[in-house]
Amino acid sequence: MRHETIEKSLNLMMVLIVVAISIGGLIEIIPLMVSSDATEPAENIEPYSPLRLAGRDVYVREGCYNCHSQMIRPFRSETERYGPFTTAGETVYDRPFQFGSKRTGPDLARVGGRYSDDWQRLHLIDPRALVPESNMPGYPWLLENTVDPELITAKLKVLRTLGDPYTDEQIASAAAEVEGKSEMDAIVAYLQELGTNRRDRR
Amino acid sequence: MDKAASYNDTVVRQFSLMVVVWGIVGMLVGVFIAAQLIWPQLNFDLPFLTYSRLRPLHTNAVIFAFGGSALFATAYYVVQRTSHVRLAFDKLAAFTFWGWQLIIVLAALTLPLGITQSKEYAELEWPIDLLIAVVWVAFAIVFFGTIAKRRIKHIYVANWFYGAFIITVAVLHIFNNLAVPVSLTKSYSIYTGVVDGMMQWWYGHNAVGFFLTAGFLGMMYYFVPKQAGRPVYSYRLSVVHFWSLIAVYMWAGPHHLHYTSLPDWAQTLGMVFSIILLAPSWGGMINGIMTLSGAWHKLRSDPILKFMIVALSFYGMSTFEGPMMSIKTVNALSHYTNWTIGHVHSGALGWVAMMTIGSIYSLLPRLYNREGMYSTKLIDVHFWTSTIGVVLYAVSMWIAGVTEGLMWRAVNDDGTLTYSFVESLKAVEPYHGLRLLGGLVFFSGMIIMAYNVWKTVSDTKPVPVAVLDPA
Repeated sequence: MRHETIEKSLNLMMVLIVVAISIGGLIEIIPLMVSSDATEPAENIEPYSPLRLAGRDVYVREGCYNCHSQMIRPFRSETERYGPFTTAGETVYDRPFQFGSKRTGPDLARVGGRYSDDWQRLHLIDPRALVPESNMPGYPWLLENTVDPELITAKLKVLRTLGDPYTDEQIASAAAEVEGKSEMDAIVAYLQELGTNRRDRR
Repeated sequence: MDKAASYNDTVVRQFSLMVVVWGIVGMLVGVFIAAQLIWPQLNFDLPFLTYSRLRPLHTNAVIFAFGGSALFATAYYVVQRTSHVRLAFDKLAAFTFWGWQLIIVLAALTLPLGITQSKEYAELEWPIDLLIAVVWVAFAIVFFGTIAKRRIKHIYVANWFYGAFIITVAVLHIFNNLAVPVSLTKSYSIYTGVVDGMMQWWYGHNAVGFFLTAGFLGMMYYFVPKQAGRPVYSYRLSVVHFWSLIAVYMWAGPHHLHYTSLPDWAQTLGMVFSIILLAPSWGGMINGIMTLSGAWHKLRSDPILKFMIVALSFYGMSTFEGPMMSIKTVNALSHYTNWTIGHVHSGALGWVAMMTIGSIYSLLPRLYNREGMYSTKLIDVHFWTSTIGVVLYAVSMWIAGVTEGLMWRAVNDDGTLTYSFVESLKAVEPYHGLRLLGGLVFFSGMIIMAYNVWKTVSDTKPVPVAVLDPA
């Protein structure tokens, strides 16, 4: 076919553009969606408990991913610094994923248990009180904001419709679990669990 | 004059002026967050002034508000001139202007409030995403509707690129943002983990490939020949590089996920296609630069042409750098570092912004019934501030990125790590400073532009331009 034919027909050109741009995505994405490696949870990986889910949503809201990755690459220098490299099965309940693309601060995929709860709180309020060289902003308002119990129930229900295996009991008790908790409690609970599914972490 | 006999330049003028406004806003936020990386206290412990909430505002403002307005303005201008008809559907075109501005304002309000999906360049929550989809479909109807009633058989090459950009961005936007709402301000993605990551970077890389490349190549294919007074260098090259560019770009996304838990086969596909992408990218660059054959002397007197040629040079540079960074061994060093930030800005400032600025300077006098801009001298000053600004920015980020990459991987003889993380942060602090300076210099050029534009448009009354009959 001469290119002139395409250039003179808007419909033909639009159809061919759609064909040209569709192939790559279909071939790279569809097999991934049906692959069990990418969608089955790893050992010890459970859906986020209500408080941790609330904490994760605070992490997302504050945009922590702008400076912190959650994806340890399989290099010795990374496993030495952060712990065992991240596997796909560890991220299957992450909506959305939080791999990040820039490390202005360190990776957090296995930060759980590395510092005490008090360290995390103080660090979030005033990072330079603990790490003088740090350029992380402070997030003191997390102490004052409380987690909304009604919203957490709604969140669990939505996640269940999307396929995350929450039980009726978990949904029923969700509101009570976060009642009276601050956003600081929630995000610290989230951070302290990150990567703790692996016992061989550093 | 009969309305159908004149071009609809009202909407073009509106979008063109907003290019300058949003350019200043978006880059000012960029300068501010660059300063916050050096002085983190600059958030004053206020949530809505915090770096992690403002960075998405910066990226969205420069890509979609500044770049987006430039794409709307030039697509509407070019499609009318090259189809020899008035823009289809005046009211729908006006709707795209006001709708797009509303989206930008909503983004500027919601992102600092922490209302975000946290997917890069797709942070906006579902109600705004729906609005984007509606405005985008209206854009497509106006654009393709205009081509459909063209008075010339051939569809001009610039419109192939604009057309592919409009169609692809619609597809990317819809599939990446599929989510189930919990409330008006919160939703959960239907994808999880690695699949979500793949979707996001399929979107993210092609936001670069189509929003920031194909669309701007459309701009290039009209304004460079126009400004140089020369025909496009090679028709054959434009055909070959158009189809290969749009087909190959769509495969390149996984290079953002090298060495992650994305399966190896997908990473390798992404790498291979990213390297192939060098060829169609350089096809476009060569076609643009060689269009100046026989007109090189104009660079001496025309700073607008200088903007365009330097933009094409940065396009060539960053589309060489990109494929190199997508090689897994290089990426192992560059990923997560400031090198990526430098690469993005050689593309965004060097290519996208400089092509936009050149085209707007070329366009505005035509829209306001003038011979030229108020001051050619000030365009030249702007050209030099832009060029020096980008170079400072890119160089500082290269040094910073390579420094970080090397420090993170350095190990002692006994196998322990040589540097703590915070030591690498300390080491790049001077380059954060140099980057801030580069950004400030580039930003100062935008202020000069605003003055020049104001002087150009404030005391002239635009008159309707008659639709030209096809030759």
